[in-house]
Amino acid sequence: MKITKMAIGSVAALVGMTGLSFADPDEDSLTINGDISIVTETAAPAHAENLSTIYSGWRFRSDETQAFQMDDFDNPGMIGVENATVDWETVDGSAGKSCSSCHGTPEDMAGLRAEYPKWNEEKSQVTTLEMEVNNCRENRMGAEKWKYTGGKMTDMIALISSVSRGMPVNVAIDGPAKETWEQGKQLYYTRFGQLELSCANCHEDSYGMMIRADHLSQGQINGFPTYRLKNTKLNSVHARFKGCVRDTRAETFKPGSPEFVALQLYVASRGNGLSVEGPSVRN
Amino acid sequence: MASGVKPRVKVPKKASVGETITIKTLISHKMESGQRKDDDGNIIPRSIINRFTADFNGQNVVDVTLEPAISTNPYFQFEAVVPESGEFKFTWYDDDGSVYDTSKKITVG
Repeated sequence: MKITKMAIGSVAALVGMTGLSFADPDEDSLTINGDISIVTETAAPAHAENLSTIYSGWRFRSDETQAFQMDDFDNPGMIGVENATVDWETVDGSAGKSCSSCHGTPEDMAGLRAEYPKWNEEKSQVTTLEMEVNNCRENRMGAEKWKYTGGKMTDMIALISSVSRGMPVNVAIDGPAKETWEQGKQLYYTRFGQLELSCANCHEDSYGMMIRADHLSQGQINGFPTYRLKNTKLNSVHARFKGCVRDTRAETFKPGSPEFVALQLYVASRGNGLSVEGPSVRN
Repeated sequence: MASGVKPRVKVPKKASVGETITIKTLISHKMESGQRKDDDGNIIPRSIINRFTADFNGQNVVDVTLEPAISTNPYFQFEAVVPESGEFKFTWYDDDGSVYDTSKKITVG
């Protein structure tokens, strides 16, 4: 009896092993414009207790898709960055200010993308870059808010992200942000929808496997905003979250909602150590 | 009328005699196929870039007809052996009659 059990056990181990070799991301390394080295693989931070190594989603894509991101001219996401460079200088609203009136050049924003979402002392909450942009627009410029996942907003986040490329993601999860982070973690492991799937079911338990025709990544968000070949535009983190939750056949949270902000902080923290890549290119 | 149309090209500034250079071109354009319908069921009119040309020192070297199946932001990459110093001129023709062009100089030697 015991022998049979062991035999079954070893068969299961074999299946598991073939599964694992299939699950490996590829071995390619990423340098943008022959200049910016991107860390696409590193040891998982201690608080991502179920992962040993973290990988950028870039490593799970085909060579052709990967190539898009290696040169800014080939990266269609840079069109959004260019558009945002114009918006950066454009005066809007009753205060007669543009982004550059206070913030100088986009390059002065280097490092921001790596730290957000971040605790905002004044607002007593964790805020995202999108929230900060709209805070500036409403309260400092006297301009209309931008739609949270709209084109102009996502382009602007791509611009702010592009000047931080190569810097390691390093969001703070302690201190006042801890409570939000805990909430995000809980959401990450909660099963939603008719399919009863949590984020972890796909992106932690099953990354590297095929979900129909797609190679499942760890769901890292260091590459956002992401230019997706399937919809030929830059996609924001919350728009992607919404798509994922929808695919579990659940009612989704709204982009910009406290739930998604918490989830974003938690998911970002799982990528602490990977390089900022946005705007990245994925399928 | 397509909005946000902007041509971009990448041509090396210098090349040696007989060298094969790579030229990359991209124009941001939504390339509306004319096959899609809006929320009310009306057909969204076709609006695409229908022709792309590249000239070197006034002589045509590339002439492409684009069809509606070509997706957003058409990208062309091609190779060239440049015989002499001069100027590349790239031209895109829009369905709405607009013509977009941009030029790049290259030094050979």
